[in-house]
Amino acid sequence: MADYKNEFGLFAERPKVEKKLFDRNKVIAGLVIFIVMITIPLWQNLGKIVAAPVPSLDTPVIKKLAEKDKKCVMPKEWMRANHMQMLVDWRDNVVRTKEPNVTISRGREFVAPDGKQYLASLTNTCMECHSNKVEFCDKCHNYAAIAPNCWGCHLETGKKMAEAK
Amino acid sequence: MAKTPTPAELLPGLSYKPPEKGWMDVKPDFRPGTYCNPASPKWMEWINYPYPAARSIPEDEWALPQDWKEIVLQGMEDRLNRFRSLKLFFDICVRCGACADKCHFFLGTGDPKNMPVLRAELLRSVYRRYFKTIGRALGEIAGARNLTEDVIKEWFFYLYQCTICRRCSLFCPYGIDMAEMTLLGRELLASVGLNIDWAMASVAQCYDKGSHIGAPPQAFKDMIDFLAEENERVTGITTTPSYNRKGAEVLFVMPSGDYFADPGTFTMMGYMLLFEHIGLDYTLSTYAAEGGNFGWFISHEMGKRLNAKIYAEAKRLGVKWILGGECGHMWRVCNQYMSTWWGPVDFLEKPVSPITGTRFENAAVHKMVHISEFTADLIHHGKLNLDPQRNAHIKLTFHDSCNTARGMGILEEPRYIINNVLPEGNFVEMPPNTIREKAFCCGSSSGINANENMELRMQGGFPRANAVRFVHDKYGVNHLGCICALDRATLPTLLEYWVPEVGVTGISELVGNALIFPDEMERTTDLRDRDLVGFGELAEEAGEEEE
Amino acid sequence: MDFFKRHFFVALSAVLGLIIIAYVGARGNLQLVFGVVVPYMAALIFVEGLVYRVIQWARSPVPFRIPTTAAQGRSLPWIKRDLGEKLDNPADTPHLIGRMALEVFAFRSLFRNLRTELVKDPDNPEGARLIHWSYKWLWLGAIAFHYAFLVVILRHLRFFTEPTMGFVLMLDKVDGFFQFFTPAVYLSGVVLVAAVGYLLFRRITNPTVRYISLAADYFPLLLILGIGITGILMRYFFKTDIVAVKELAIGLATLHPKLPANLSSLFYIHLFLVCVLFAYFPFSKLMHAPGVFMSPTRNMVCNNRWVMHVNPWNYPVKFHSYAEYEDKFREPMIEAGIPVEKEQ
Repeated sequence: MADYKNEFGLFAERPKVEKKLFDRNKVIAGLVIFIVMITIPLWQNLGKIVAAPVPSLDTPVIKKLAEKDKKCVMPKEWMRANHMQMLVDWRDNVVRTKEPNVTISRGREFVAPDGKQYLASLTNTCMECHSNKVEFCDKCHNYAAIAPNCWGCHLETGKKMAEAK
Repeated sequence: MAKTPTPAELLPGLSYKPPEKGWMDVKPDFRPGTYCNPASPKWMEWINYPYPAARSIPEDEWALPQDWKEIVLQGMEDRLNRFRSLKLFFDICVRCGACADKCHFFLGTGDPKNMPVLRAELLRSVYRRYFKTIGRALGEIAGARNLTEDVIKEWFFYLYQCTICRRCSLFCPYGIDMAEMTLLGRELLASVGLNIDWAMASVAQCYDKGSHIGAPPQAFKDMIDFLAEENERVTGITTTPSYNRKGAEVLFVMPSGDYFADPGTFTMMGYMLLFEHIGLDYTLSTYAAEGGNFGWFISHEMGKRLNAKIYAEAKRLGVKWILGGECGHMWRVCNQYMSTWWGPVDFLEKPVSPITGTRFENAAVHKMVHISEFTADLIHHGKLNLDPQRNAHIKLTFHDSCNTARGMGILEEPRYIINNVLPEGNFVEMPPNTIREKAFCCGSSSGINANENMELRMQGGFPRANAVRFVHDKYGVNHLGCICALDRATLPTLLEYWVPEVGVTGISELVGNALIFPDEMERTTDLRDRDLVGFGELAEEAGEEEE
Repeated sequence: MDFFKRHFFVALSAVLGLIIIAYVGARGNLQLVFGVVVPYMAALIFVEGLVYRVIQWARSPVPFRIPTTAAQGRSLPWIKRDLGEKLDNPADTPHLIGRMALEVFAFRSLFRNLRTELVKDPDNPEGARLIHWSYKWLWLGAIAFHYAFLVVILRHLRFFTEPTMGFVLMLDKVDGFFQFFTPAVYLSGVVLVAAVGYLLFRRITNPTVRYISLAADYFPLLLILGIGITGILMRYFFKTDIVAVKELAIGLATLHPKLPANLSSLFYIHLFLVCVLFAYFPFSKLMHAPGVFMSPTRNMVCNNRWVMHVNPWNYPVKFHSYAEYEDKFREPMIEAGIPVEKEQ
């Protein structure tokens, strides 16, 4: 009995564990699934170079504008991030509250920072210049996968014109 | 020995509110009654365990070997390499606390370090300090701490306040099993000479003589023969077992608790009556006289060293298969480890019941059948002549042993037997959140059923006893049934303390009570010499008394 | 400072520190670092770290088959088990897959959760008793948090793919189903922040959970809370040019990184916190995600008795052989009439 080596202490002959991956196939399969799933965007975009959308300003109305009038109701940078907020405020003021809104418009009136007055209207103001919904609005919206609900009520200007004719 | 406080003294002090001080700064309070004595060097020398010494726990002198720290850390590294479970359970705990109020020791003591999550942190904090870069760099704020003698003492205190029952593992969203960490932590303690006497003595005796109680072969035979005589005295039926008989069909292995002390002995009598009833060709072994395995409570290796005797003896005797008695941790060991430890068991046959012809497909490789499966199969095939009225004095509830419930999955078989050997309406279940896979432990398993830690045992068993109290008060339950020898050894003490009106019985004892033999004498008492209800001259009187 | 405060405030300061770093970086012309270099590094650390950690786990074997049997096991043919029992104690691989799927997708084990309390009971001689009741709040909080986070992550795929995958558009629609506020409020974002808030609140106010919590527990919660809040701020209050965000994201995903000029500091803070979360993931408790797949108490079939499990480092042990035993006890055995192998 005294010569028996057990697992303990200084006289231990510790059981040796092979240096390898146990349950190799299952573990590797799991990791492969994980890596494939996590890198789906990479595969999906593989070899593509996606250019940022450039909304077109090429409409008859804009072309006619004098160079100094070629500007939006608010600064371009601001509009890129906040136009949806402005449109919703317009909508609420016009359709629902009809109250002067301290931030952005009064009833149907909108006063731009430079003092110029506009009619608060998507169809009549925004889309007068930007009559090219597909080339202007949709370009970024599609790119960023956004489905604004403007078009639930509003008709595209182009269509309206066509129908009117 | 410390005086154990009474239930009424114990409960008012019980609160689940943790102390103000952070847990790393709280040292264990080695109050008499709450810890197990360290192992006497004698036992450790018997089985060649390292660093035997006479130790005294409350004293500061724990006689650790000089390089204890290296040994422990090396041991930890070694076990991390051998057990994925340990590595994983150290790494993935999110400390959600779902396990906290699942532990019977936490519910019984209110000591936050008995929350499984924190018990694990006791080990994990050391793992972080020595095996994780972030722990090495940031120390306490990363939940890491140095391995000091105080930490070792804390491990000793709390790892022997875990009964490896796995209730926490059931509720853990990742299945983190405190039992696994407790076992491996105890191995680390053993590697520097720290063991508990109760378990170590049992292991040494079992290794040397054949069973935990240390009975040499002749004493083992004496005890069984005595129980056979008792059977004859009560029922008039001769149940003569054979010992170490080659060529028997079945080797029957039971835990030593079943032939050593009441009320386990009545279960043993029940086994023998059952085997006599069906004419089973079985033998007992004086060498593999122990189904239980305290070795596993100390280390996986020691578990294997004790367990190996069962297959070795089955092989030597040339039996066809093995039948195992009612025992919790024995069956967890037999289920989880036995065939892995031994390897292919090609010298035995696929177990087939010689009475019913049932092939036990679920034991096809491991070749060992649980007595409850075996009995349930007999009853199902109508092979037993049973009179449930002979158990009419017993109003039973059933305690699922943690090991068979969560480490094996035997829940229905004993219930099926109970429903067939008890009169209708005499079996009621405890509240659903305290039985089956959610069963509460007896509070004294895993080698800590010693006497010196009685207060702790009574605290740990409180949730179980409390559920028994509930069915006792509500339905008049007077017996707690179980299929575990440790339960039969520890629950009587526990119930005596919390619910003294309720006794403990094995399921095979109930079977023994109910069996009708053609040539039996008139039965007026059960195996415990208690009068039966509605039998013999005393029938009416006894019936009234029972009411 | 006590244990709780130390750990909580370290985590809080760490998150605040990260926010300041990102802010300073965005203001200080380090957009290239915070917009391109850090995200790539974080992604690399995340993938490599996670793979490394999983492989480290896999380098240790599973010596024993130790599944937690959470229901009746396979037994005699007439002991019937319903589907729930078969899944809680799987006897074959299909059911095991079912168990793991329930565990991973429905947090099965946490769903079992109970709450146990000691209540005064004058009818009991001991004066008190334990009551156990089903307690699903933790499960609800956890599942709400994880699914909300998943939806949020999947929704963000619209920045990384062109054209955006169909299911992302669909998810977007469903998530924004209740069209209040502009842009439409995403339910997932609200649920995410609410659930993280609940988990954090619970960690701080529940005395036992607070007692066991480390900085490593507060940090991810605060970090994710920070990510959620900056995201919500950006979407609803301090709007960022979303086209520019996509330009950056798609540039990263097509490996042609491009740095648009029009990105706010808030965006950089958001992005940096996300990067930190990803880079932190493999070295933290967040590894419970891959870990649950490898947990031996859950991912093994409960078939010990009819399929042998092999322990790769199984080694022979010395046990007291029968021969030794008989040598020791031969005389009394013969005397007691117990058969022996050798008569002397």
